[in-house]
Amino acid sequence: MAVSTTAVQAAWRSRLARYYGIFTICFIIFCFILGGLELFAGLPTAVIGWTFLLLTMGLYATVGILSRTKILDEYYVAGRNVPAIFNGMATGADWMSAASFISMAGTLYALGYDGLAYIMGWTGGYVLLALLFAPYIRKFGQYTIPDFVGARFGGTRARVVAAVAAIIVSFTYVTAQVTGVGLIMSRFVGVPYQWGVVIGLSGVLVCSFLGGMKAVTWTQVAQYIILIIAYLIPVTFLAIKLTGIPIPQLAYGQALQNITALEEAQGITKAYVTPYNEALTNANAITAARGIGLTPPAPITNTDWLGTPWDFLALTLCLMLGTAGLPHILIRFYTVPSVRESRMSVGWALFFIFLLYFTAPAYAAFARWNILQNVVGSQVVVDQGVASFIDRATGQPANWVPQYVRTGLFNINDYSVLEGLSGDSLPAWAKDRIQAGTLVWNDANGDGVVQLGPFAPVDDTTGSAGELSGSSVTAASVDGILQFAELNINNDLIVLSTPEVANLPYTVAAIIAAGGLAAALSTADGLLVVIASAIAHDIYFRTLNPSATPQRRMFLGKSMIVVAAALAALAAMPNLALIARMVAWAFSLAAASFFPIILLGIFWKRANGAGAIAGIIGGLAVTIGYLTMVYINPNLAILGISDASAGIFGIPVNFLLVYIVSKMTAEPSKEIQELVDHLRHPQEDDELMTNLASG
Amino acid sequence: MSTQEDTTRKQRLEAYWRANIRLITTLLIIWFVVAYIPPLILPQLNSIVIGGFPLGYYMGSQGSLIVFVVLIFYYAWRMNRLDAEYGMRDRDK
Repeated sequence: MAVSTTAVQAAWRSRLARYYGIFTICFIIFCFILGGLELFAGLPTAVIGWTFLLLTMGLYATVGILSRTKILDEYYVAGRNVPAIFNGMATGADWMSAASFISMAGTLYALGYDGLAYIMGWTGGYVLLALLFAPYIRKFGQYTIPDFVGARFGGTRARVVAAVAAIIVSFTYVTAQVTGVGLIMSRFVGVPYQWGVVIGLSGVLVCSFLGGMKAVTWTQVAQYIILIIAYLIPVTFLAIKLTGIPIPQLAYGQALQNITALEEAQGITKAYVTPYNEALTNANAITAARGIGLTPPAPITNTDWLGTPWDFLALTLCLMLGTAGLPHILIRFYTVPSVRESRMSVGWALFFIFLLYFTAPAYAAFARWNILQNVVGSQVVVDQGVASFIDRATGQPANWVPQYVRTGLFNINDYSVLEGLSGDSLPAWAKDRIQAGTLVWNDANGDGVVQLGPFAPVDDTTGSAGELSGSSVTAASVDGILQFAELNINNDLIVLSTPEVANLPYTVAAIIAAGGLAAALSTADGLLVVIASAIAHDIYFRTLNPSATPQRRMFLGKSMIVVAAALAALAAMPNLALIARMVAWAFSLAAASFFPIILLGIFWKRANGAGAIAGIIGGLAVTIGYLTMVYINPNLAILGISDASAGIFGIPVNFLLVYIVSKMTAEPSKEIQELVDHLRHPQEDDELMTNLASG
Repeated sequence: MSTQEDTTRKQRLEAYWRANIRLITTLLIIWFVVAYIPPLILPQLNSIVIGGFPLGYYMGSQGSLIVFVVLIFYYAWRMNRLDAEYGMRDRDK
């Protein structure tokens, strides 16, 4: 029996390896064919963009339709027969979102060392997942994380609290994915943002609607392959162009050295490899308040804690604990065949994630080096009505600038470009500064047009130039030479603009778009499954109507996927600044709610339901309280800890409350203590499990 | 007879769990040192430069990540062996 099962498993594994191997080779060949057609046959860029879009979306839909299912076990946990290595790839795609793919390299570009908190936090969390959670979750072997909380903490109340927490965390996150889908579609195939949201979501729906976790899993494996190829190709070309070495992860040491030298030469004080140089501000809160139509708080910048490592350490810890506590990642370990496979599977997951995460700092370093060396110091000009600069290689205005200025991703803030503009046609960044009071335009001759003159110093640093004055007017800001500080680059631009920066064909841009889309869609898929199962399985079936038929549960699950997707699309339509920030909060929230109670649930038998509920509620309350306070007024920060790291206060409160309240109330029932014993040993004992889970 | 069997089974399970906890503790200490000590002594580490990389920056961007991957695979390998040593049957599905 054991032998034949092993043989069946081995055959299944080699069949999967063959399918996905062929798929990988076909995708690479296809990329080269399109690239060749573009270079030698002049294939129009629109055709290339649409071909990639339709091909990849069609592929996901095909996998979704082939994996359609009516069996609950397949719908919720992919039939529990996903081999470790494939679950690793699926987890990688599930985990790496639009933020990892598009924004992370840009965050590192802007923050330097401080951005590495994300790199370490989002990978180190998998160590906790592997050592503390995955094998036990697999041994538990039900459908959802609220299932575990409900069974371990004995009751409906704990289950419902966990289900609600899972819905809140996942919904925040899925909204950000939908926003990412809209952005990619609008930029690369030219459809309006809102249409991009709708088209992208329909791709998600075909998958998760028809086949649930089974379809999502096999689509995610394909999406992982596409996204990792799409991430590695452009940065490898960039490394070859800048250093001649085709291994970017090794070659960027040279970039770091050049960055440091150039920064010193250009007098940039916020150096790239120097740590802890980010001041706390409430800039995002101001933008977010304006977006919703509330009165924004007064701008505050807190520099008291510059140079201290506390926020960096706190953020890293929150990201790690949050990663380990995110429901859509935890449920992936229900889908492997055994406890043994679950342990290996986390290893593979982190390995596949590592491939992208150790490449992102290389991407960032090359981008920073290129900007410091080839862009800073150029002559600022006005090209096609927007501020641009003269590309020193060609002697012409850089051809990629206008398209990115129009999408709001790139701005040059040198005041020389304002010359001759009327008051109404000033660019948004200049209007913002006038509103904030750092720039004053005094239309002395009353012609309604800005006139600059030679710079006249008023004090040591600031001065006036013709009709412009104010605290932001300095000699460098009006000289028509591009300074590093005058480059206003959106974080997303670093990955998106690589093809133009390295003069690569448009096909590479289309590959990046396909990769970003794969990253966003795969994460959205996984999250929709969590939301739908929390409602259909935990709240409806387990709590409200335990006698519901499997058909009814399946129908409700599928409807909830559509409802959740529609709500996410609605929430993403206005594209608010608040949403990006909410994703950062999701990790602190998951760390302060799920992590402590799952950990204690497995490793401390005495933890009981009352303790767990007190822990979740107390942990969330402290975290939400602190993050709201510091988000609005950074001066209230304790030890310089930012809103994104608020979980550092909620985590100990959660642990402490579980301990105190559990000690004060009765110990868990004998059955529950036996369940804990059962979880700890990878041995068959299915009868007890079934009784507890349904009880 | 059956009570004795029960006791030895219980002892075996407890010994297995203790071995697991020891392994987890050791690996978590390594995890903590790799992730949280370099940020505290960053200036000292950054004064050492290898292949163009300041060591502190390297630890944050690659070094710690490599250790994380190795830790997980080592745990999986070691635990799968412990299962065999302590006679844990794993279910196949």
